[in-house]
Amino acid sequence: MSNDTYVIRHVSVLGGDPADLVLRDGVIAEVTAPGAASAEGATEIDATGLVALPGLVDLHTHLREPGREDAETVETGSRAAAAGGFTAVFAMANTDPVADTAGTVEQVWRLGHEAGLVDVQPVGAVTLGLGGRQLAELGAMATSAAQVRVFSDDGRCVHDAVIMRRALEYVKAFDGVVAQHAQEPRLTEDAQMNEGPLSGVLGLRGWPAVAEEAIVARDVLLAEHVGSRLHVCHVSTAGSVEIIRAAKARGVDVTAEVTPHHLLLTEQLVTSYDPVYKVNPPLRSEADVAALRAALADGTIDAVATDHAPHPVEDKDCEWSAAAMGMLGLETALGVVAEAMVSTGLLDWAGVADRMSVRPARIGRLDGHGRPIAAGEPANLVLLDPTAPRTVDPAALQSRSHNTPYAGRTLPVSVVATFLRGRPTVLDGAVVGGAAVRA
Amino acid sequence: MKRHLLSAADLDRDDALLVLDTAAELAQITDRAVKKLPTLRGRTVVNLFFEDSTRTRISFEAAAKRLSADVINFSAKGSSVSKGESLKDTALTLEAMGADAVVIRHSSSGAPHRLAHSGWIQGSVVNAGDGTHEHPTQSLLDAFTMRRHLAGGKGDLEGRRVTIVGDVLHSRVARSNVLLLATLGAEVTLVAPPTLLPVGVETWPCATSYDLDAHLKHTDAVMMLRVQRERMNAAFFPSEREYSRRYGLDARRMAQLPDHAIVMHPGPMNRGMEIAAEVADAPRSVIVEQVANGVSVRMAVLYLLLGGANLGDGTEA
Ligand SMILES: [Zn+2]
Repeated sequence: MSNDTYVIRHVSVLGGDPADLVLRDGVIAEVTAPGAASAEGATEIDATGLVALPGLVDLHTHLREPGREDAETVETGSRAAAAGGFTAVFAMANTDPVADTAGTVEQVWRLGHEAGLVDVQPVGAVTLGLGGRQLAELGAMATSAAQVRVFSDDGRCVHDAVIMRRALEYVKAFDGVVAQHAQEPRLTEDAQMNEGPLSGVLGLRGWPAVAEEAIVARDVLLAEHVGSRLHVCHVSTAGSVEIIRAAKARGVDVTAEVTPHHLLLTEQLVTSYDPVYKVNPPLRSEADVAALRAALADGTIDAVATDHAPHPVEDKDCEWSAAAMGMLGLETALGVVAEAMVSTGLLDWAGVADRMSVRPARIGRLDGHGRPIAAGEPANLVLLDPTAPRTVDPAALQSRSHNTPYAGRTLPVSVVATFLRGRPTVLDGAVVGGAAVRA
Repeated sequence: MKRHLLSAADLDRDDALLVLDTAAELAQITDRAVKKLPTLRGRTVVNLFFEDSTRTRISFEAAAKRLSADVINFSAKGSSVSKGESLKDTALTLEAMGADAVVIRHSSSGAPHRLAHSGWIQGSVVNAGDGTHEHPTQSLLDAFTMRRHLAGGKGDLEGRRVTIVGDVLHSRVARSNVLLLATLGAEVTLVAPPTLLPVGVETWPCATSYDLDAHLKHTDAVMMLRVQRERMNAAFFPSEREYSRRYGLDARRMAQLPDHAIVMHPGPMNRGMEIAAEVADAPRSVIVEQVANGVSVRMAVLYLLLGGANLGDGTEA
């Protein structure tokens, strides 16, 4: 915890009227009228024109460590997260070795703590080795130092209905949630892109919407039957939205996330055959994008989650079918959401705070994040400039990888500063602090 | 003409007619005992084959050699191409060799597109078949063959009725043919079991049907596509016998065709599966002629893409 005090002057809290914020001892010590705060020896930040949101929380990040440190490490991923305005990220379990034991989740958690830029909250695998056959020791991960609450075989679907049912039931003992990567495996063997007229023309094997929707439908019925909590990862189709909307309406305890790229990009980009657009689930149609935006706006989809998926150059600089699936997301998420949701009038900044911080923190049971910007609350904050567009330069990203689909694209907002428990991790748009600086 | 030939959609009607007319002219010249033209002397054409296809490679090789180009055959099959980066490495090697045109065959849809647009090479790229995407020179040779038999060897194919039968879903030949034949004014009907038609086929510039017998009487050219026997293992159809019974072209079905109608197949054939041996060898079968026309059409494509000197500029015996 830092002894430094920061006074953030004239900042628009959640896009509302300007105020001053005093950050001290890891918490928001005071919220005052603009210009009214006084703090001896504090560092002053003129935030006129900037918007303050609670630090962003990402339910779905691939940090690749252990195993693929050539693509990303907990440290580089933490830098990317801080640069994107995040103060907490959930690290997916599909590492090598898989995060399916207390030892591995504690290792990831410790690496995050050492990097010191965001709270790295490990996700535990549902099944051993993501094999889909035998439950991992979910309880041991839950009671470990990492206190795992989100369990996912992401990258693979828990497709066996019995295993899924048992997992949903079992995690109730420690208030956990199963986050499902909804993909019926047989319907998507060697699938390359969204199935539709375009896949037929491009000669690429289709990934039909029904392969997602069939699993989402089954899982909400299972969750309803056993009275469990279910989270659906990266919802990508209009049909899935309808199933979730109907389930919520009858009281099923289901939550859902959407990625920034599924809110902005469509399958038309695949006509370039450039694998930077290859992702799982695939980019969908314009109608799907519209449905996802509407669902995020009305709360049917609870959260934006990046599915940040770093890949080294050689896994993308090749022909389409040989390329890896996935795209970077942490450093562009806020800009993409601003373009897809705020510029379009679908969400205001309070809504963005709700979908990118409050709700994801609640889903993941992360008590110190997604809190109101008020006196006494943890000082986890992001300051963004809503009038400073930023052009994405892959070479300038903090991530170890460069596979962003937004290269050269101008996004409408910039992250100016990020605070983790009162300590800046980003100032003037540059990553500061963390292990590298403190050492 | 565009700089690359990646899809039959790259050719508008004028481009397509130019290729076909040029091919006709080249066929005439090479028929007149002149086997070799000097037009592409000093130019380098690389045949880059990541997938086995001796017949297509030989056809392009013969076409390039008859235009006096230097030909380099690069077969990547068998080398470590499972990981994609070798496409880039190979491209950079070819660029260093000064390839003016790269003829590429690849099992991955879009690989020629990637090669043409990634900035790896400068030369023209000709798609010699990519995955389940396209095979534009095959469609050109098919159109050339149809024009000879059905349109007096000139002009377009306005109003000619073409029936394409078989595994459309996995066929690059079908995709290119639908596009090119529509450009040339032909009326195309795809006939296949519903499992072997792609999702979205209703948006293609053609008709579709599940019933072969209903169409044969109104067909000027019937093209049988190769059907791999392994498809039945993925439940696309129940058995070879059932496929053959419902969608194979046997003598009984051939007898329903109008007298002038021709039978085509891009090869290699599964005799007894999609086409009966007696049909493949019948007088109205133009399958062998398709192969010969392939060389002329590929000569025309290379000639036009590489901007060779005028035809008749001087020939050598
Ligand atoms: Zn996933």
